[in-house]
Amino acid sequence: MTETATSEPVAAQSERCTAAVRISGASVRLGGRIIFADVDLTVDSGQFVAILGPNGAGKSTLMRAILGLAPLAAGSVQVLGDTPAGARSRVGYLPQQRSLDRAAGVRGVDLVRLGLDGTRWGLPLPPLGKARRRSERNRIAEVIELVGASAYAGRAIGELSGGEQQRLLIAQALVRRPELLILDEPLDSLDLPNQAAVAALVRGVTSRERVAVLLVAHDVNPLLPHLDRVVYLAGGRALTGPVDEVITAPRLSALYGAPIEVLRTSDGRLVVVGLPEAPHHHGDRHEPQP
Amino acid sequence: MTPTVNPSLSLNLVADLRDLFQFPFMVHALEAATIVAVLASVVGWYVVLRRQAFAGHTLSVMAFPGAAGAALAGWPAALGYYVACAAAALAMAGTGPAVGRHKSVASAVIATVQITGLAAGFLFLSLNHQILVGLETLLFGTFLGVSSSQVLVLLAIAAGVLAVTALIARPLHFCTLDPEVARARGVPVRALDVCFLLILAFAVAATSQITGALLTFALLVAPPAAAQLITGRTLAGLVVSVAIALVVAWLGLAAAYFSIYPAGFYVTTFALAAYVLAWTARAARGRLAARRRTRLPSAGVLESG
Repeated sequence: MTETATSEPVAAQSERCTAAVRISGASVRLGGRIIFADVDLTVDSGQFVAILGPNGAGKSTLMRAILGLAPLAAGSVQVLGDTPAGARSRVGYLPQQRSLDRAAGVRGVDLVRLGLDGTRWGLPLPPLGKARRRSERNRIAEVIELVGASAYAGRAIGELSGGEQQRLLIAQALVRRPELLILDEPLDSLDLPNQAAVAALVRGVTSRERVAVLLVAHDVNPLLPHLDRVVYLAGGRALTGPVDEVITAPRLSALYGAPIEVLRTSDGRLVVVGLPEAPHHHGDRHEPQP
Repeated sequence: MTPTVNPSLSLNLVADLRDLFQFPFMVHALEAATIVAVLASVVGWYVVLRRQAFAGHTLSVMAFPGAAGAALAGWPAALGYYVACAAAALAMAGTGPAVGRHKSVASAVIATVQITGLAAGFLFLSLNHQILVGLETLLFGTFLGVSSSQVLVLLAIAAGVLAVTALIARPLHFCTLDPEVARARGVPVRALDVCFLLILAFAVAATSQITGALLTFALLVAPPAAAQLITGRTLAGLVVSVAIALVVAWLGLAAAYFSIYPAGFYVTTFALAAYVLAWTARAARGRLAARRRTRLPSAGVLESG
């Protein structure tokens, strides 16, 4: 049972003083190939941080290392002052484009509920848990309200649009009041208005739920107004800092070892030009799973 | 094969029921069918959700190597069936994840396990130099000659399997719908895959005692599939699934008792009827809901619980 994190707010509060994620000198090797080496990264509690970078740069692998799902070849990862495995119950996770095939007939609210009780063994015993069940129902309704999904949470997952599903999945990741939320490409496959809306939603969540958010993205533009820091991952190395410091021509050029330009459009969008990868190459975006 | 009794259906329901219960063999058959219906419809609810019908079918044909091997070794046929089913489940589990990214590989693995099992059965049969006794019973089931000790064995197996299912119910549900997140949350996805295949193996072997190996799906897949057409809720779905399976099993046995045709045929026919009814009801409801939605564009109320 991993119930302690949600039922002991005092302990949780004191943990918030330590960094949400502290990575130093981390390297991951998968199948003999070095995915990234010597990456340092600190995410403070309550921060909204994006991990950016070209396809295959190891963004998802870095997430998996933070979740304790990808073993480190070198260095260390500390999550909420604990090991990745030890912090699991305090981390909410939204993987990249999962298939909700099997959940097509399940109601949204039941999918959210799985985030709360999906790890519990045995059956809920009716006479014992009445108060707890009421508080769980309230929490589920609250988190669905938070992501703005109340109008359709009672409908089957298969009937909902991609944006509606994504909000419910964010609600599922938030339902246990995690201290760190990890979102892998949550804006992928959404249209532009939904990308902006979900990015704003995540920003709102970081302050209202006091949760640190680590988000993987292809495109920084929908996130730009909301981010505290970015991590730019390329060529097996990482650059960390505020958006304006990291996404600059000299720093990206140094990271890639090739001349790169960063343009700012009149409406504030950043455009990165001259990346070594062909920009229209859309091969298998999924990194190898161990 | 004709029964020694010659029952006839009257229009008096009470008399018919008394007629049905007057022989111990019929009472035992109804007890066994009840146990099997509950077990199959609960386990089957997960089979349908997890899309493991092919694995279920492969386990059901393990009746052949199981019975042939048992005949060779001098065991009771049912024991051979349980052993063969468990071995096949472990073989399928050991060679790849049943749920996850490698679905195409998984189905090829299951097919390989299936033909290996059938080939082994054929080998056992020729080693034994004889025709398999009770082949028809094995394939299509029987409700004649279920003994009270067999009912007790079924009850013990069903109770054990259902207890394990209840214990792992929520993590199993979680890793069925959302394996990636379940794994990240520390749910032992792989162990649950193996555990569920073993649960399925026992459920299939037990179900086949009534429906026969070839007709296990009449109770294992059709009732839960119908239930999932009717409702997406977990608890309600399980209740509906069990209810359909019980009605199908009881009606099937009663119909077989009063007619000259076999129980397996009736059980399967009633199961199909339940599925068709559920499908029709869902289609009608979907059309109604679509019409209501176009009339009231912003209707949508959050129900929880």
